[in-house]
Amino acid sequence: MKHRSPLLGPALALALLLAGIALAFSLGRYPVPPGDLLRILVARLTNTPSGLPAASEAVVLQIRGPRVLAAILIGSALASAGTAFQGLFRNPLVSPDILGASSGAALGAVIGIFFSLPILGIELLSFAGGLLAVGLVYVIGSGLRGGDTVLTMVLTGVVVGALLGAGIGLIKYLADPYNQLPAMTFWLLGSLAGIAPADILTLLVPILGGTAVLLLLRWRMNVMSLPEEEARALGVATGPLRAAIVAAATLVTSASVAASGVVGWVGLVVPHLARFLVGPSFPRLLPTAAILGGAYLLLIDTVARTAASVEIPLGILTAVIGTPFFIALLARMRGGWS
Amino acid sequence: MILQARQLAFGYPGREVGRDVDLALTPGRALALLGPNGGGKTTLLKTLLGLLPPLGGEVLLDGRPLGSTPVRDRARLIGYVPQVHLGTFAFSVADVVLMGRTAHHGPFTQPSARDREVAAGAIDRFGLTGLAERPYTMISGGERQLVLIARALAQEPRLVVLDEPTASLDFGNQGRVLGEIRSLTRAGLAVLFTTHDPNHALRVADEVATLRAGRLLAHGPAAEVVTRAHLENLYDAPVREVGSAPNLAFVPDHS
Repeated sequence: MKHRSPLLGPALALALLLAGIALAFSLGRYPVPPGDLLRILVARLTNTPSGLPAASEAVVLQIRGPRVLAAILIGSALASAGTAFQGLFRNPLVSPDILGASSGAALGAVIGIFFSLPILGIELLSFAGGLLAVGLVYVIGSGLRGGDTVLTMVLTGVVVGALLGAGIGLIKYLADPYNQLPAMTFWLLGSLAGIAPADILTLLVPILGGTAVLLLLRWRMNVMSLPEEEARALGVATGPLRAAIVAAATLVTSASVAASGVVGWVGLVVPHLARFLVGPSFPRLLPTAAILGGAYLLLIDTVARTAASVEIPLGILTAVIGTPFFIALLARMRGGWS
Repeated sequence: MILQARQLAFGYPGREVGRDVDLALTPGRALALLGPNGGGKTTLLKTLLGLLPPLGGEVLLDGRPLGSTPVRDRARLIGYVPQVHLGTFAFSVADVVLMGRTAHHGPFTQPSARDREVAAGAIDRFGLTGLAERPYTMISGGERQLVLIARALAQEPRLVVLDEPTASLDFGNQGRVLGEIRSLTRAGLAVLFTTHDPNHALRVADEVATLRAGRLLAHGPAAEVVTRAHLENLYDAPVREVGSAPNLAFVPDHS
């Protein structure tokens, strides 16, 4: 926004991400220093022996590597979705959580666990749940005319979220208390501890696909953040475009929720940090938010993994950071959104 | 003729606001739409922009029915200047004007060098170059109105539609915006604007149409329509005439 180089913001986010990766491998029960990490990765890519202990290689390639990758993918997915939703709903207080995408996806996934479906089935149910929830919030929120539209949308999200929460409660009540219930409870708190190398592919395809759609539409998102009639007068077919953005943002959100459980607040906090770095224009904002989101969740997951002798559930940490952040946003809501 | 309304009935689904409107917009001429609050000016404007479907009759854009013209093609012919608003995000002035180029590139592409050139030209034309990198939310109301007009020009349209372009401006900026409207017609564009001030219509418009209760009361050359008798009838209030042509003006009379 000010007279900064346009590349400074993304460069800073990227530096943070690289630092986060180095830190994630250096901390934990089996630390792998950045130099070793590089050698293992280069050896893997060139198919030559790295000369390092097999344990180091296993940590990088089998155990911590997939988890780090998942944290980056999920963080960047949630941040991109949050950025897109904030623009689309012309409301910097919305996020995938507040609009019900996360709760909807969670309900879908819990139903999937209840029926012992394979991971793909859980992802599909999760996507359907997320889409349904956002659609419901949008239809109700825009149907209730009069008053503050921003507030209406946020409140509708809270209400629909409560209903979906009741649905989740019902499934938990009906679930087998010895096998399914602990799995559901643990999963609802959010965690990346269970990520296996095989999960990366089911995560990668929907997240890269959805994020690619959002990135391609980045210029159009500027226009979509204007009042509806203005966007149409500027030549944008708002209906189909909104559907495409909602579908893409919900797809990446549900894929994340299906893999990691409910990791809240990332989609709210990170877009604001990114706007602070590069301003509100989506062509710069969206890539920055995606990179920053990856760095953010990776750092939080490193804390979750190493701060205590047992893992701290991810959703709890993101909520502890996100809640005061949201209150601070509310406090300065009267000012413009920079 | 760029835009033409024939026997147009307009309003919202299930609620007709007005009917029997015949209007035509031609290059190089400005038409002012004058009328009391609640008379249907905004609804008529939305219908002429294609934001509301006609309830009867037809609107033709470049000879084609407006409803069957894709939104992107419409935006290349009609530039719309809404009433000044703040917006949600603090886009820079340059980004706001660049949004005017949206209809000139595809959904998945970014603005080209030529798009940026046209936008910069529009910014320059209104003397806004010094503000280009400032957030749109942090400039004055008058500057914001000029930015929105610059955005409409960046669309390279043949018709510019302005919704009460002077409503929220101070006296000095009103004059400036009116001058810019005049220069649009001199550049060969067709202009349609709504206003609450008959003097603005008289000063800037070639033709004036008056709308009350959804019907056109009068439509013709500005000097013939903006008269004391007609204004008193239109607003149902006493009006005083000040000065004489070409410096004729009207003020509300409250004695």
